[in-house]
Amino acid sequence: MTDAIVVGAGHNGLVAAAYLARAGLDVVVLESSPEIGGATRSEEAFPGFRFSVFSYLVSLLRPEIIHELDLVRHGLFLVPTASTLNPLPGGDCLFREADPQRTYRHIARHSRRDAEALFEYKIEMRRMGHLMYRLQRAAPDELAAAIGDRVAESAEHLDVEVSAEVADIARYFLDLPPARLRSFVQMLTMSSADFLGQWFESDVLKAALSSSSIIGSMLSPRTPGSAYVLLHHYMGEIDGVYREWGFQKGGTGAVAATIARAAQSHGAEIRTHSPVARVLVREGRTAGVVLANGDELRAGVVLSSAAPQISLGQLLDPEDVPGGAALVERAARWQSGGCAGKVNLAISGLPRFECMPEPGPHLSGGITIAPGLDYVDRAYDDAKYGGFSERPFIDMIIPSVLDPDMAPPGKHVLSCFVQYAPYELAAGPWDDSQREALGDAVVRTLAEYAPGIEDQILHRQVLVPPDIEAIAGIPGGNIFHGELRLSQLFLLRPDPAAAAFRTPLPGYYLCGSSTQFGGGISGGPARLAALRVLDDLRTADTAGGGGGETH
Amino acid sequence: MPRRAPQGTQAVQRALALLRSFTPEAPEHRLSDLAASHGLHPSTAHRLLGVLEAEGLIGRSPDSQAYRWLPGAPGAGDAVPSTRRNGLRPLEPLRTPFHRRTAELCESDAWRDWSGYTCVETYEPTPEREYWAVRNAAGLIDVSPLFKYEITGADAERLLDRVMTRDFSKSRTGRVMYTSWCNEEGHLLQDGNVQRLAGERFLVSAAEPCLRWFEDCGRGMDVEVRDVSEEIGVLALQGPRARAVAEAATTGIDFGAMRYFDLAAGEVGPGAGGGPVTVTRTGYTGDLGYEFWVAAGHAEALWDALVEAGRDHGLLPAGLLALDMVRVEAGLVLIDVDYVSAAHAEIEVLKVTPAEAGLGFTVKLDKEADFVGRRALELELDRGPAWAVVGLEVDWFELERLWSEIDLRPQVVGQPACREPTPVFAPGGWQVGQCTSRFFSPLLKKYLGLATVHADAAALGAELDVEVAVGYGRRRARARVVRRPFFNPARKTAVDPMPGVDE
Repeated sequence: MTDAIVVGAGHNGLVAAAYLARAGLDVVVLESSPEIGGATRSEEAFPGFRFSVFSYLVSLLRPEIIHELDLVRHGLFLVPTASTLNPLPGGDCLFREADPQRTYRHIARHSRRDAEALFEYKIEMRRMGHLMYRLQRAAPDELAAAIGDRVAESAEHLDVEVSAEVADIARYFLDLPPARLRSFVQMLTMSSADFLGQWFESDVLKAALSSSSIIGSMLSPRTPGSAYVLLHHYMGEIDGVYREWGFQKGGTGAVAATIARAAQSHGAEIRTHSPVARVLVREGRTAGVVLANGDELRAGVVLSSAAPQISLGQLLDPEDVPGGAALVERAARWQSGGCAGKVNLAISGLPRFECMPEPGPHLSGGITIAPGLDYVDRAYDDAKYGGFSERPFIDMIIPSVLDPDMAPPGKHVLSCFVQYAPYELAAGPWDDSQREALGDAVVRTLAEYAPGIEDQILHRQVLVPPDIEAIAGIPGGNIFHGELRLSQLFLLRPDPAAAAFRTPLPGYYLCGSSTQFGGGISGGPARLAALRVLDDLRTADTAGGGGGETH
Repeated sequence: MPRRAPQGTQAVQRALALLRSFTPEAPEHRLSDLAASHGLHPSTAHRLLGVLEAEGLIGRSPDSQAYRWLPGAPGAGDAVPSTRRNGLRPLEPLRTPFHRRTAELCESDAWRDWSGYTCVETYEPTPEREYWAVRNAAGLIDVSPLFKYEITGADAERLLDRVMTRDFSKSRTGRVMYTSWCNEEGHLLQDGNVQRLAGERFLVSAAEPCLRWFEDCGRGMDVEVRDVSEEIGVLALQGPRARAVAEAATTGIDFGAMRYFDLAAGEVGPGAGGGPVTVTRTGYTGDLGYEFWVAAGHAEALWDALVEAGRDHGLLPAGLLALDMVRVEAGLVLIDVDYVSAAHAEIEVLKVTPAEAGLGFTVKLDKEADFVGRRALELELDRGPAWAVVGLEVDWFELERLWSEIDLRPQVVGQPACREPTPVFAPGGWQVGQCTSRFFSPLLKKYLGLATVHADAAALGAELDVEVAVGYGRRRARARVVRRPFFNPARKTAVDPMPGVDE
């Protein structure tokens, strides 16, 4: 007898399955596509060349998940990216290395004041990251109840019991020094350009630092709210060091494979080619799912890792839950337009950047084309009016430098995360010529900083939001399952009626990036969702049925 | 050996010798004094001093009667140790046969002394990339400072069988044996590798000098022990891509047929003429890897061939910091870090038997030959070793707990392996030993330690407390005794190892 069904075998669905199976539940994961991994998928797109199709680096993956699920034993292998290079026009650059003193010297070439300010900025941001790390360890309703503000009153209807850990987090939050609380509010509301403007004078440094504030978001660094996306990325860590990024050997798809192995080691079953049509309801409770082929699979608990348009808008019959029609309506208005494309290149040799032509450590770090705030803002403007950026923002890594198994000896793969590429083009739907035009814009832009790269290209793969939608099943192709902005965070993510992983349908839960914690290869939402499910099952057991029985 | 100056350089040598006479302690010299003290004709001294003055390396005294030291002038004797002024040449750091290559690449200027040799600690400012190259591609490490002894003669095998704890009657040409050697009390002197190059020819590599020990043990035998330490350069090529790189950098060796601890002879370089090289499938990293033993004259050709072959495989030269990180993951003990050689131990309590240093597997009491320390080690067999080397692991949540006390995430990553011994305790109790090497492995994501503890506290799975520095405080972290090596990929010993097959 199946105890729990998880819809979707992306990293979050798999994390949820692993935690539930680890707790002794009989778990089945249903994945519509032929492969697991969702948006983390990696593939050998051209013979000998491996690409992470959409994603590229790992930072947000929660340490507690790594260790509770013993992911290293199952294949987690994160190679750190040690530096960030921002090539600038005219052969100049901004280079940030692991060694802070060397970074100071690089930045001092642009501004001595900024080079000095960066030390303080990093400390402040690490403290902010630490705050976020703590806040995101709690389900939002529990956190709100613990913080005891007005929202908590509504949370009480959810019958929230506050654990000692969450009470401690709340106390931590309320005891923050006022200056830090101010930073927190600033980061929830300000634009990243304004926020960074409080610290720095150099345009190139501000542009470089603002990169994390627009990733995956239809925001310019000058859009209010973008500072939150910056903060979101600062809660990423590797082994306790905030703001570190790592490359998973074999590509990010190997992260999903690792989690899948952990889930399977606890007995979870993963079925691909198994699209789910809707959640099965009996007597007002979750009873399982109906597959697209009409088969029924019974289980008292169903978790969906899909975006809300699917989880709430498609899988759920509005008739089955109170307020269902309004819920479906809200899910349809969820802001989750895609804004990013991915251009994966197979190249015949290492690129030679004008600023640092010889091979060196800079090629094993991140390389970002964002030479100024105006540049990024203009790239955004193109998308605002329904075009892709003619001179795009590019966040690039060279996976084959970090992991030689990604390409044949001497050859390389280049992963370019590109903004902006809106889901809908004003000129009509994305077709091959539009895709190639975006690919050309990316290569043209790269060639401005790495002359000759156009002649090194052996293969090119261009993916745009409709591709992400089609392959990973994310409506709109938004990598975070919905914009990370204050209107879509905490108790509003993804809906006031489904913000604490529970939905109005007893036994039906959400566990994807559209819930608390949000997007990125974190697994954070799914872990909290699985713990909530287990908690509910325990409560139901002790209460002798009611809350969320399994059979 | 005194060096003979090549022709035409005499004037340069004389000028430099004159220049070195000028020091802060002896800033002024008259021409006649200098000529006398350097054994030069006054006109020669005058000519040379004139050039030095014209080049701005020395000056004149205010009255122009004497030459004078110029502070900061390059080459002047301002930093010359006093021994040199007394006519003694100070010892200069030794340089390995690869030094010109390593020096060129050592961006960090971080050097470390290893047995008198100047060795690269880390090529880049931080060792991370070098560490990951060993685990994910290939690292190239200059390990030339090892002491090397060639043992030849009809009794070569007999000598080794008498000195070593391993059974050398079983050694075969083309194989390497890892072994310990002890004093008469069965106390460990060293551990090292022995290559059998031919029936009557062996090469011992060791961390410390041992010529006298081998000679004394071989008295009366038909055997010659020769110190070839400075004649042979050694490079360790380690990591999953090591085979591919080794294959492309040499000729005449069938790497597919080479098993763990095999040795083979070949030529340096893809083409002919690079010079002979001996390759052993050994290393100090716990990974797939090879060590290349080459005559000093061919060392640079070897380096160049490996670097060239490694270009397409992510090879990086790796320094001693990276080596120390991976050797802890490999769980390998290091002399004078994890155990004290009986040759250096001033007090009895520091001396250990091989078993007590975690090297019990190298002691073959069933071998026929009598060997140094045998009787004592037989007695130990009845009594049991007093100490044991264990692998300790502190899990992540324990680290989180400790650092959360000061509101930080664990501050453990990005630090090189630490060799400062710290106490190990029974859980919540008394000290039972010491942790001698420790390191947070970014690969395994665990805090790892090598510790020597009382034998009865060493059971697999046993819990122990280790001392950890948390901020300015010292805290006890709960650790568990786990199996060594901590990291042991199948490729290390795989037959016919191929890239990427380890998963």
